Amino acid sequence: MLTIAIFLPLAGALGIALLPKRQEQHARAIATAYSAAVLAVVTYLFIAYDRGDSGYQFVDSTKWFESDLTNFTLNYAVGVDGLSLPLLALTSFLSLVAILISWRVDLRPKEYFAWLLVLETSLMGVFSSLDFVLFFLFWEVELIPMYFLISIWGSGNRVYSAWKYVLYTFFGSAFMITGILTLGFTAGTFDVRELAQIGEIEGAVIPAWAIFSLIIIAFLIKLPIVPFHTWLPDAHTDAPTAVSVILAGVLLKMGGYGILRMSFSIMPDVAKDADVLLAAVAATGIIYGAVMTLVQTDLKRLIAYSSVSHMGYVLLGASSIGLVGMTGAATQLVTHGLLTGMLFVLVGMVYDRAHTRDIGQLSGLAQRMPFITVMMLVAGLGSLGLPALAGFAAEVTVFLGTFERHEALTILGVIGVAFAAGYILWTIQRVFWGEATERWADLTDATAWWERGPLLALTLAIVSIGVYPAWIMDLLRDGVSPIAERLA
Amino acid sequence: MLDPIREGAVWAIMGLPFGSFAIITLVSFLGLSRSGAWNPRFSGYLTVAAMLGAFLLSLWAFDTVVDSDGARAGFDAHKWLHIGPLYVSVGITLDGLSGVMLVVVTGVSLLVQVYSQEYMRGDEGYNRYFAFMSLFSMSMLGLILASSILQLFVFWELVGLCSYLLIGFWFQKDSARKAATKAFLVTRIGDLGFMIGLLIVYTEVGTLDITAIHNAAIAGAIGSSALTWFALGLFAGAAGKSAQFPLHVWLPDAMEGPTPVSALIHAATMVAAGVYLVARFFPVFAESEDALFTVALIGSITALIAALLGIVATDIKRVMAYSTISQLGYMMMGLGVGGLVAAIFHLFTHAFFKALLFLGAGSVNHATGTFDMRKMGGLATFMPITFGTVLVASLSLIGVFPLAGFWSKDEILADAWKDRPWVFFVALTAVFMTALYVGRMLILTFAGEYRGGEEGGHGGADQRHGTPHESPWLMTLPLLILAVMAVVAGFLNLGDWLGKIIEGWVPPETEELVTKSDFSLWIATASVGLGIAGLLVAWAVYQVRILESKAIEAFLQPIPEILENRYYLDALYQSFLVQTVLLGGLGAVVSLWDRYIVDGVVNGVARVTAWTSAQMRIAQAGQAQLYGAVMLVGSVAAVVTVLVAGGS
Repeated sequence: MLTIAIFLPLAGALGIALLPKRQEQHARAIATAYSAAVLAVVTYLFIAYDRGDSGYQFVDSTKWFESDLTNFTLNYAVGVDGLSLPLLALTSFLSLVAILISWRVDLRPKEYFAWLLVLETSLMGVFSSLDFVLFFLFWEVELIPMYFLISIWGSGNRVYSAWKYVLYTFFGSAFMITGILTLGFTAGTFDVRELAQIGEIEGAVIPAWAIFSLIIIAFLIKLPIVPFHTWLPDAHTDAPTAVSVILAGVLLKMGGYGILRMSFSIMPDVAKDADVLLAAVAATGIIYGAVMTLVQTDLKRLIAYSSVSHMGYVLLGASSIGLVGMTGAATQLVTHGLLTGMLFVLVGMVYDRAHTRDIGQLSGLAQRMPFITVMMLVAGLGSLGLPALAGFAAEVTVFLGTFERHEALTILGVIGVAFAAGYILWTIQRVFWGEATERWADLTDATAWWERGPLLALTLAIVSIGVYPAWIMDLLRDGVSPIAERLA
Repeated sequence: MLDPIREGAVWAIMGLPFGSFAIITLVSFLGLSRSGAWNPRFSGYLTVAAMLGAFLLSLWAFDTVVDSDGARAGFDAHKWLHIGPLYVSVGITLDGLSGVMLVVVTGVSLLVQVYSQEYMRGDEGYNRYFAFMSLFSMSMLGLILASSILQLFVFWELVGLCSYLLIGFWFQKDSARKAATKAFLVTRIGDLGFMIGLLIVYTEVGTLDITAIHNAAIAGAIGSSALTWFALGLFAGAAGKSAQFPLHVWLPDAMEGPTPVSALIHAATMVAAGVYLVARFFPVFAESEDALFTVALIGSITALIAALLGIVATDIKRVMAYSTISQLGYMMMGLGVGGLVAAIFHLFTHAFFKALLFLGAGSVNHATGTFDMRKMGGLATFMPITFGTVLVASLSLIGVFPLAGFWSKDEILADAWKDRPWVFFVALTAVFMTALYVGRMLILTFAGEYRGGEEGGHGGADQRHGTPHESPWLMTLPLLILAVMAVVAGFLNLGDWLGKIIEGWVPPETEELVTKSDFSLWIATASVGLGIAGLLVAWAVYQVRILESKAIEAFLQPIPEILENRYYLDALYQSFLVQTVLLGGLGAVVSLWDRYIVDGVVNGVARVTAWTSAQMRIAQAGQAQLYGAVMLVGSVAAVVTVLVAGGS
């Protein structure tokens, strides 16, 4: 079942690729159908998931490759637990959103939708791999669709941004594969479940902290942390809207997921020693990102930098090395995905209509596009951590879990929330409030079903997590608790 | 008298206004209002009906706490979130303190909503207005009823959200959008303290339940420095919401919202939240002398500086805003001297006369189209009901015997005399200044000749309606009811009837620390005497003009100039801290660093990489460079590692 969910988008991509050129307008319908089917399967998994059982479920496992030479086995092994299931749900949900809001894409639509589906498969694969090498393969496959999507359908300096994104990830990946192979050969397995049981890695050619560093560096770049963050604003700004949504909503989460699933659960002892360093990096990112966000003048760059700040909370929560903080971090992965995904959808809609993202030129949009404005308020207020919307539940849990271990650094994190209020409200004040100028008299509100539907669905998810977070956080807690136990 | 209220009914107190918010929002989203299926007036009726229901239920809840002498009703909390050691519950605190607050909030809200029916008539955002007002009342009620500190914080922030939405209600106006953002951001600075306090207490005690925190504080289970920091953190939050120095700057600008919103913010919701928070955690504050001293000090400073600003303001709503800040300072002083009952009693009476003053100002604006007192004058003859009721509220505010304000202010003064005499003298000085600015406001607005009003002005429904005339009955009725309350509300505490209920929930160990003082004739005489003296000075300067106000102003320079610039605090915050330090300094430096250093290094590396791949492209005839690069990097690393690992 899980395997179907992972490869269904790929099947869709093949189907679209085989579509005759003159029927290419059907690509979007096929893409919608396939990604809706994935969402349906994941929803089924969500319901069928046994919440009483904390192990991996829906496991599919076969031997894939065996080598006598160095005595190792590669498995195709996938499965989900409480940590990965919500992220799979997020991936399939945002993929459908991304496809819907691309309804009007008419530049080479066949390839566009096919690449989006390939991207979805790679992301689903990352979140469900139980084999470290398989995880790495999915991690790398993601680059190909991203490169083409940004460099062909992007805007501005798109080729530069696409390359920058790819090279940055390469840089991290080179370290990661070295770490993975060292780890795997030393332990004699690449299976994540078995690796996690070993506890301490002994007898490797390099010290454990070096393996840990090699692997986590790739995750930290992806998250991203300062100073490895500059790929993000460029990639975001130049990517087409749908890709920004996936990038902010799902791709960054791979980093946070990797830290918890791989780095922390496989090498708990090193993680414990690195906690202060990680917390310091997190707090730096939160404040640095927030200050950078304040001075942005391009709407997309603004939200991109706010992601740098907000993903800092993931690392901060992780650095608590405790159940509460790490559950908060995992929740932040989901809530930030929803909130920032929604912000990018909205900014994309504004850009499509106004053909500018320059904050200085926009004004009084509330009177031209009331629906988009209300949605912007929901996403923006959620992003600044307003209670009853999703972001608050995650952030307050991070703070509660981390304060005891890192008092001062957590306070920096709390201050970051005040910054968030500043840049979000200031942006809304300048762009949406104020006098409705003649220049924007022709702007229309979002009225189509493929615009309103995704926004309302996102709102529903954001409000429901905000009002009663337990429905998703219980699951994440159960997923995080085995990791927390190993760290205890 | 009645049966004790059931838990479901208490939830309904906040559930009803939430329901009206939800229905109006849904109706607007479905576009029923635009299609004509939903007359906007329904939104108004629905809100009033919901508030009426909430008010009646609040009376029932109040009856329950009266029967129990203010002791807490035992409702179990419900699980909201449970992650290992973190257990967050939601539940209801119904005791004397929250019971009194419920009645004040629902009562004042109800009157304000009735008044709004007329005041907001014809405004484009009629539906939106009532949706937000409902949510505002709901949030405040949720804050009052919360049984865990996190639950309280949730509603605390929602109160802030609603004030943001309502202050910026006429968002197309530049001043309104700025005021809204300012209100949210300034209060959020205070909320940082609240959040840090919450983290401190959770780390110390391991629970977020308010009663458990009280008990831990009393039992000495919280280290004394942590306890003080916790209390100060809470007070920072309270200072933001209750507009205490130096975070008071948002409140005068908050009048950009429709006037009934101001009435609600200044009387029943928002600013009352801070005072309530300190009162709710009084058992914690009582354990820390430093915290209480800070509360008293900040309260004193606030009461004085705001009263001074009230003397120079020319906008009638601004005068009242400064008056609110000053009176909130009084309440904080009261708490700071241990006068829990006195402070809440003052909050209670203040709610009625301040709501009345704002609604009166709205009524005046309805007639003249302006809030500028220099353009008013002589309105007493045009608007007898407005004048009469505002006069009653003003005298109550000054503390003239036997109006409501007299009784509550007198208790604060007496408590201060007993506990910290220096606070007493500050309070007494503020009484004189209060009378001065109130007298000036009354004379400029209602006495003398009408000076013509103004066209337009505050947009929306704040529009001029020809020559000055009395407002319609939907507006004057709430004024009259509030005027009655501004007269009689003080009698409720004769014989300490209300006081016993307000402090009925306080644990015995804390009760010993609550300051209680008896009625003292000389204090009462002194305060009433100073009040009348202030009125006389105002009369001498602004009515009979024995002394020219210009001459006094010239004599006192540079004080009036400092006051007119509001102590330069807004300039300090806006131009210096935000524009220069944050955006111009830190922001610009980080931005340059980000672009040239961080990204510069990256681009350098990228250029090297690009050069390398160009070489590779020659070697490989330039196809599939992307995948080739992956393969290369990956397999080199793999081969190296396999060899190394295999060899060991």
